[in-house]
Amino acid sequence: MENNQVLEHYLDTEYKYGFTSDIDTETAPAGLSEDIIRFISQKKEEPDWMLERRLQAYRRWKEMPEPAWAKLRIEKINFDQIIYYAAPKKAKLNSLDELDPEIKATFDKLGISLEEQKMLAGVAVDAVVDSVSVATTYKAKLAELGIIFCPLSEAIREYPELVKKYLGTVVPPHDNFYACLNSAVFSDGSFVYVPKGVRCPIELSTYFRINTMNTGQFERTLIIADEGSYVSYLEGCTAPRRDENQLHAAVVELIALEGAEIKYSTVQNWYPGDKHGRGGIYNFVTKRGICKGAYSKISWTQVETGSAITWKYPSVILKGDHSVGEFYSVAVTNHHQQADTGTKMIHLGAHTRSVIISKGISAGQSHNSYRGLVKFARTAHKARNYSQCDSLLLGPNCGAHTFPYIETNCPTAVAEHEATTSKISDDQLFYLRQRGLDLEKAVAMIVGGYCREVLQHLPMEFAVEARKLLAISLEGSVG
Amino acid sequence: MIPIEQKPLLEIRNLTAGVESKPILRGLNLTIYAGETHVVMGQNGSGKSTLSYVLAGKPDYVVMEGEIWFKGKNLLEMSPEARAGEGLFLAFQYPIEIPGLSMGTFLKTAVNEVRAYRGLPSLDARTFLALQREKLAELGLSSDIMGRSVNEGFSGGEKKKNEILQMAMLDPDLAILDETDSGLDLDAIKQVTAGILKMKNSQRAFLIITHYPQIVEYLQPDKVHIMINGRIEYSGGIELAALLEKEGYEYFKLQSYQN
Ligand SMILES: Nc1ncnc2c1ncn2[C@@H]1O[C@H](COP(=O)(O)OP(=O)(O)OP(=O)(O)O)[C@@H](O)[C@H]1O
Ligand SMILES: [Mg+2]
Repeated sequence: MENNQVLEHYLDTEYKYGFTSDIDTETAPAGLSEDIIRFISQKKEEPDWMLERRLQAYRRWKEMPEPAWAKLRIEKINFDQIIYYAAPKKAKLNSLDELDPEIKATFDKLGISLEEQKMLAGVAVDAVVDSVSVATTYKAKLAELGIIFCPLSEAIREYPELVKKYLGTVVPPHDNFYACLNSAVFSDGSFVYVPKGVRCPIELSTYFRINTMNTGQFERTLIIADEGSYVSYLEGCTAPRRDENQLHAAVVELIALEGAEIKYSTVQNWYPGDKHGRGGIYNFVTKRGICKGAYSKISWTQVETGSAITWKYPSVILKGDHSVGEFYSVAVTNHHQQADTGTKMIHLGAHTRSVIISKGISAGQSHNSYRGLVKFARTAHKARNYSQCDSLLLGPNCGAHTFPYIETNCPTAVAEHEATTSKISDDQLFYLRQRGLDLEKAVAMIVGGYCREVLQHLPMEFAVEARKLLAISLEGSVG
Repeated sequence: MIPIEQKPLLEIRNLTAGVESKPILRGLNLTIYAGETHVVMGQNGSGKSTLSYVLAGKPDYVVMEGEIWFKGKNLLEMSPEARAGEGLFLAFQYPIEIPGLSMGTFLKTAVNEVRAYRGLPSLDARTFLALQREKLAELGLSSDIMGRSVNEGFSGGEKKKNEILQMAMLDPDLAILDETDSGLDLDAIKQVTAGILKMKNSQRAFLIITHYPQIVEYLQPDKVHIMINGRIEYSGGIELAALLEKEGYEYFKLQSYQN
């Protein structure tokens, strides 16, 4: 394979520069090799078993073909130009005045506090910041309940048994090209463990927004909810996030044991590229949860407004009898953005239920595809699925596509599917404008209403921000 | 009362307007002063709703000729939202449903947007709720509707009452009511007309489109107009409504034909 040749070439060059001995460097040279992986693992002070897993994934990845894209227009990614390890960035700005005024304006529109703006923008802050001390307080409270919430890199060192037992069990390295790459080079992410019968009293990461920053382009998250426990986890941030790394390939694994519930909410607002489709993040994410035990539940809620290309299908494997999987999604594309998103609900257990509500909103020249798979195994006695996929078009040059697949091997299982495509109505816009709302606010209100079924599943605070974000993403798209 | 030298609140001069290139209003004239109530009657299709849309600035409607002045400003140069901000309110003949947008959010946003236009501060939550509660009660509307989507699943009468609720909350200078009385039960008609009467004051004017002489009886307007084929052909006092009830539109059409 062509890929291999190039990689081997890099392997050579890296040796030539005597790179392996130089563990003090903060940034690895571009390209990927076993030595780079050793370097990453060493930098993170990982145990041998973790390094071994990374290497295995890497060897596997080298053999895998790069996926070909059906609906996406994509430039070929040069994997040899990517830098696979860079130390977390230090603050670069001295004050918010140095921030790109456009980003500053968006921060203000979102109502993000000044302290938080500083952190998000990478402004050097004093040692004691409000939200940091808040974070410390909550950390103590979580520890009291036996909840573990820390960076994955820390968990690998501190809780190796848990990580060993669960990491890679829901998304095995060979799952797909990008998951495999992630398994080899993942940077960092969150680790959560909620013990039996414990209900996590806070939305994890609301107070830790900063922790989810700088996790690098190959984020990896692992959440385990032990029997009868509950946890709600928030990922991402409504604030616009710029990154020089074009490729982002994250992996998220959720494990819900008997009677446990995991609620995972995402707001994704990576840099989408400019109005002409230049630049922007390629966001290839593998997110999957397993309802391992009976009566367990996993619920994904996502609001996707960013990235030039988004490719993600948060999925649930419904293994335990009577388990429930939910997927609520809003994906907005504007200008030249492309989103290919959806979900997979794999029903294995009896009486398992799944719900899919997907709202795609397209504006400009963008393309928005929903791709869903509902699969009933022979064992999925009396399983049910309900899917509803709605597309809203703002303007004549955008596209919406829906690809629902249902695979059934169980005669008693039932799937229901509904789909609609609509245009934003002039009468609705005029009605709101007659009541004093300008065009942009009117669009935002209508779109917000259109997404209500999804947004209502977000934690309150997040929902408010998500509404504002929808409005900002669609500025100037009608009229 | 000694008439004070006063400028009209609304002045429509020789208005020709329609959709695409087809004129629906054909040389319409109408002048309304602050404090007045005007009723417009006319057969189906005579152009009454068109007039209300042109006044409110509905994008598909084109003005081919004529002028409209509102509070001394050129209305035709204003966006629909600016007209609302200036104090022009239209109660729609067919109120629009907006799925998923809650009445509460909608009303609060609308009130604060027009207040911002008028240079007033946003209403605080408590004042807003108190005002809203009072208006709901006056109209005999349950406060449950505030949690529902705008007009979605509302009964015909509830939709009309909802328009009056919005009017009351937005405090306009000129309220255009397009058949707000149609489809209301007897009690609801009383509630709605009471709502209108309560809002009457020397600053505000009403332009009320109706098919029912009874409404003229209730509202005691200053002027009654009869619209025929996109033009106001007859204007008079409330006696005009009585004459119309007695003779029917054909009589007026014949008269205008003979003129
Ligand atoms: N958007 C439009 N496109 C085409 N024709 C229109 C449009 N709007 C109005 N018309 C036509 O203009 C004429 C006047 O319509 P309008 O709705 O103003 O009547 P109206 O006096 O309000 O009638 P009604 O009493 O039935 O409400 C009708 O013939 C109608 O079909
Ligand atoms: Mg009409």
